[in-house]
Amino acid sequence: MDKVIVSPSPHVHSPASTDRIMIDVIIALLPALLVSFFFYGWSQLLVLAVSCVSCVGLEWLIARFLFKRPAVFSCTSALVTGVLLAMNLPCTTPWWIVLIGALVAIGIAKMSFGGLGQNIFNPAITGRVFLLVSFPVQMTNWTMPANSFVSVDAVTGATPLGLIKEGLKAGQSIGDILAANGLEMSGLLRDIGGSSGEVSAIALLVGFCYLLVRKVVKPWIPLSIVATIALIAGVFHGIDPAHFTGIGFNLLTGGVMLGALFMATDYVTSPMSNWGGVIYGVGIGLIVMMIRYFGSYPEGMSFAILIMNCFVPLINRAFHQKKYGRA
Amino acid sequence: MSKLTFSIGGIHPADSKIARERKIEVLPLPDRVYVSMFQHLGAMAKPVVAVGDAVKAGQIIAEPGGFISAYIHSPVSGTVRSIGPRKDLAGFMQMHIEIEVQGDEWAEGIDLTTDLVTSVPEDRDFILDRIKMNGVVGLGGATFPTHVKLNPPPGKVAECLILNGAECEPYLTSDYRILLERTDEIVVGAAIMQKVLGGCRCVIGIEENKPEAIAAVRASVARLGYPSMEVAVLKKRYPQGGEKQLIDAVMHRQVKSGGLPIDVGAVVQNVATSLAVYEAVQKNKPLVTNVLTVTGDVLAPDRQHNYLFRIGVPLSFIAQYAGGVPEDAVKIVSGGPMMGKAIANLDATTVKGSSSILYLGGKTSRKEEGPCIRCGRCADACPMGLEPFLLKSLYRAGDVPALEQNAAQDCIECGCCQYSCPSYIPLLDNIRMAKGQVMAVIRARNAKK
Amino acid sequence: MTNTIIWTVVILTALGLVLSLVLYWIARKFKVEEDPRIDDIEKTLPGANCGGCGFAGCRAFADAAVKAGNLDANYCPVGGAEVMKKVAVILGCEVKEAAPMVAVVRCNGTCDARPRINTYEGERSCKVKAALYGGDTGCLFGCLGCGDCVAACQFGALSMNPATGLPSVDESKCTACGKCVAACPKCIIELRSKGPRGMREYVSCTNKDKGPVARKSCSSACIGCGICEKTCQHGAITVADNVAYIDFTKCKLCRECEAVCPTGAIHGVNFPKELDKEAVKKRIADRKAKAAATVQPEAKKEAENV
Repeated sequence: MDKVIVSPSPHVHSPASTDRIMIDVIIALLPALLVSFFFYGWSQLLVLAVSCVSCVGLEWLIARFLFKRPAVFSCTSALVTGVLLAMNLPCTTPWWIVLIGALVAIGIAKMSFGGLGQNIFNPAITGRVFLLVSFPVQMTNWTMPANSFVSVDAVTGATPLGLIKEGLKAGQSIGDILAANGLEMSGLLRDIGGSSGEVSAIALLVGFCYLLVRKVVKPWIPLSIVATIALIAGVFHGIDPAHFTGIGFNLLTGGVMLGALFMATDYVTSPMSNWGGVIYGVGIGLIVMMIRYFGSYPEGMSFAILIMNCFVPLINRAFHQKKYGRA
Repeated sequence: MSKLTFSIGGIHPADSKIARERKIEVLPLPDRVYVSMFQHLGAMAKPVVAVGDAVKAGQIIAEPGGFISAYIHSPVSGTVRSIGPRKDLAGFMQMHIEIEVQGDEWAEGIDLTTDLVTSVPEDRDFILDRIKMNGVVGLGGATFPTHVKLNPPPGKVAECLILNGAECEPYLTSDYRILLERTDEIVVGAAIMQKVLGGCRCVIGIEENKPEAIAAVRASVARLGYPSMEVAVLKKRYPQGGEKQLIDAVMHRQVKSGGLPIDVGAVVQNVATSLAVYEAVQKNKPLVTNVLTVTGDVLAPDRQHNYLFRIGVPLSFIAQYAGGVPEDAVKIVSGGPMMGKAIANLDATTVKGSSSILYLGGKTSRKEEGPCIRCGRCADACPMGLEPFLLKSLYRAGDVPALEQNAAQDCIECGCCQYSCPSYIPLLDNIRMAKGQVMAVIRARNAKK
Repeated sequence: MTNTIIWTVVILTALGLVLSLVLYWIARKFKVEEDPRIDDIEKTLPGANCGGCGFAGCRAFADAAVKAGNLDANYCPVGGAEVMKKVAVILGCEVKEAAPMVAVVRCNGTCDARPRINTYEGERSCKVKAALYGGDTGCLFGCLGCGDCVAACQFGALSMNPATGLPSVDESKCTACGKCVAACPKCIIELRSKGPRGMREYVSCTNKDKGPVARKSCSSACIGCGICEKTCQHGAITVADNVAYIDFTKCKLCRECEAVCPTGAIHGVNFPKELDKEAVKKRIADRKAKAAATVQPEAKKEAENV
C-alpha cells in the first residue's frame, strides 16, 4: 500500500495534451508548406528553418534564464509560431530579418506577457506586422510563384492586392488592372504572388479540415470571417465593379485564408465561446474590408486580427456559456 | 423512439466495461465485519447495541441520528466486539461497530426466498415505513435516504419517476448485471415507488451500450404489464447518469440552481435502489447486501468479478478473495474512475454506496500542470455550462463573490473539465474547494434570514 | 505657418488655464474633511496591508485608531513596538507593551519520523489535500507538506525544508501577522511569544490520538504521557486530548520538560547551550529525593500525632 497514489477524482484523463494539439496544427500546415516549397524551393525552406529554430531557441532561452522555469510545455507552441511566421514572410526575406521577426514574436508578443496562454496578441502576426512596418521594401518584394525546380530565374513583383492599390491610385479600373497583369481567377490552387503561406488556398483548406476532424478547432471563426468578407465584397462589387474587387478575389488573395483558418483561430488570442467567436470573426472581416477598400495598405488581415485581439477580453466578458438551469 | 441525451457539455471516455459478462457471485463471509455509522447522506447513525450483544443478520444495530439519516442493520449474525472510531477508506476516523461472525442466522420476519412477489401493497405509509425501517438509501452514489426522497414536501407533485440505469461511469458493471439478473425485481421495485409517488409515470433510462439490458427490461415490463412504465434508450455520454442531466435528457426540463428535482416534477432513483426497495417492501429484507465490481485496467479479464457482498465486509477481504491486489496497480479507487474516491486505506470497510474496487495502472498518474492555453475544452465539456478555467483562476485568487456570480456552487463534480484539459490543470481539485467556500457563504446568508 | 504655431500655443494655454481653474473649484467644493492624522499614521505603518492587525489594511487600521483615540484595540504585529511608539506619538496616547511574537510550527513529523503510507497526487494545496483524505502518513493531525503557509506568507519568512518535509520559519523575517496560522488547515502553526533572546520552549506536535496510535504513526509524536506536566514546577504544561501544551506566559525556560520527554516532541530553540539531558534529569531526581526526604518525616509526625 505504501506506493499507492491517492488523488481527488477524476482518475482518468483524455488522450489530449497541449503538445498533441500543437503537433496537429503543424501537421495541418504541412500541405501548404509542401506547396510553397514546390513553388519557392530552397529559399522557402531556409526562411522556415531560421524562423523555427530562432522561435524555439528564444522561447527556451527566455524560459530557462529569465523565467527560470522549464520550457517543456511551450516548445511545441513556439514551433507553431515559427512555422506561421515563416508562412507570413516572402521567401526572399534575409535571415536576419526573420530573426528579428522571431524576436518580436516570441520575446515581445509572447514572453513579455508571461509566456504561453498569457499573450494578448497573436505572436506570429505581431512579428510579421513589426517587420512590415520596419522593413517595407524587403517585406513587399514578393517572388512570383513558379516551379522553382523548372525555371531558374525567379521573377519578383508586387502582390495582386498591391497591384490593384497602385492601379486604382493611377486611375485605372479593376478590370483593366486584372487583365493587364493576367490575374483572372487562378489563385484557388496556386499562382497568387505573396507570402509563402498564401500561395494555395486549397492546401490550407485541406489542413484545416484535418484540424476540424481532430476537433482541435471549431469552424465558427473562419466561417464568420469568410462570410463577412464575402458579404461586404459582394455588396460593394455589385454596386461599383470598377473600383471594388469581387468576392473570390478578396477571399483568395492576401492572407485571408491563412489568417482566417490558422491565425484567427489561435486559442490564446481568440474568444472562448462560439458566439464570441462569431463576433470576433465578423469584426475581423469588417476591418479587413475597410482597410482594403478605404485604407492605404493593400492588405489588412494582419492588422484586422491584431485589432480584434484587443477586444477578446471584452468579448469573453460579454459572451458566456449557456448555463444549466439558469435560463 | 430516438435516443435521448442531455443538452449541455459532456464527454466520451473509453467504456472499459471489462467485467460486463461476469455473472454475480455471492461473496463468502469473513471472520469480522465493520459496520460504519456513516454510510448515508445526513446525520450519523446512533448505535443501539452494546459490546458483547449477540446480533442476527438483518437486525437493527443503529438508528437514524436525524431527519435525514437511516437505520443500519447487522449484515451478519454474531457478537458485537467493539464500538468505536476506525479509519475509513480516506483515512478519516469514523464510528464503526465491529461484529465477529458466528454462523449465518437471520432475524425473524425476513423472507429469504427468491420467489417474485408482484402484488404491490396498497398502503402508502406501510410502504414508506418498510423502506425507512429497512435502511434503504440511494445507491447511485449520493446515498440519500430513499424514504425522504420518495416523500415530497406538500405542494410538490411527482410527475415522473426516472429509474437510472445509465451507469455512465467507465468500468462499472454492477448496475448492468442486476438489470440482467434481477430484472423483474427491479421493475416491481419501480412499480412500488410509482405507487408511493401517487401513480406517476416511470421512465427507465439505460445507455445504448447495454442493448441486452434494454431488451430484458422491456420484456419484463411487457410481461408484468405495467402500462405507465417505459424504457428510454440514452446516448452513451458521460455524465448521462447525473441526476440533473438525466432529468434534462428524459423530461427536457432543467432543475434551477439550488433547486431540487421535485421542483420540476422529477424523482430519480438508481436501479440498485429499486432492487433494494423491492426487497425491503416485498420481502421485508433490510439493505445489507449490494453488488460490487472488482475491475481495472491492470486486472486480467478472468480475474474481474461482480460480487454480491454483505455491507460491512472489509475491502481488503474482497480484494484478497478476488486474488489480491495486482502488482502494477498504482491507484485503487472505490467507485468509477470519474467520480470515485481513491482508497488510501484498503483495511476500510464497505458501505451501502460501495460499487467497485477499481485497480488503475500507471496511466492514471497525473502529469505536471502546464499553462492554460485558453482552448475552452473545459467549458465545452462542462455539463452545467460553467467555465472551469475561470473558476479555477478565481479560486486561486480567492475571489469568493465572483465565484458565486459565476455559479461555482452549481458544479456537480463530474470531472469532465479536468478529464478534457490538455494542460493537465487540476481544475476540479480547485473548483471543488471553491464550491465549498461559496456554499458556506450561501448557507451563512440563508441562516441570517 | 508661424500664425498656426502662435494660435496653437495660445489656445492650448488658455484651455489649460480655464481647466485648471475648474479643477481648483471642484477640488474646493467637494473636499472631504479628513483627520490628517489618519494620513500620518498610515505613512508610519509598514504599508504591507497584510491584515495581521485584524483590519482590512493599514489605512483601515489608521482610521480605526484615530476614531478610537487610543491604541487599545490596535496593534501592528509587523511594525512591532517601534512603529507603535511612533503611532502613539501622533495620537498623543500611551501604547501598551506587547511581547513580540513569532510563528511556531508545531509538528516534528519529519520524513524519517513519520513514514509515508501512500503518495499524494493532485493540486499542491494543503486545503485540497486535507479535504480529500487523512494524509499520506498515518498521522491525521500533522503537517501535510504542500506549503499553503509558505504561499500565504507575504514576508518570505516561511520555506519548506526539503530534508524534513516541514515548513521552517525565518525568525528575522517573521512579523507574526498570523496569515500562516489561518492558512494551515491542520492548525499546526501557532503565534507564540518570541521569548528572551529568542529562547522558547514548545510542544512540537498536535496529535490527539491515544499514545500507542500516535507513536505508531510518528516516532516523535506527543503521546500524552504527562511526564512533562508532572515535572514542570511552574504549572505551565497541561495535557488535554492526549497532547501536551506549554503556556508561554508561564514557562520559565528551565528545559526540564524537554529533557524528560520520551519522544522528543518538546523543542527548545535559540538556547546558547545544547541541552544536557542527563544533567537535567539528575537535577530533577535530586530535587524529588529531597522533597521526599522532607515530606516523609512530616508525614511520620502526623501519623504519630493521630
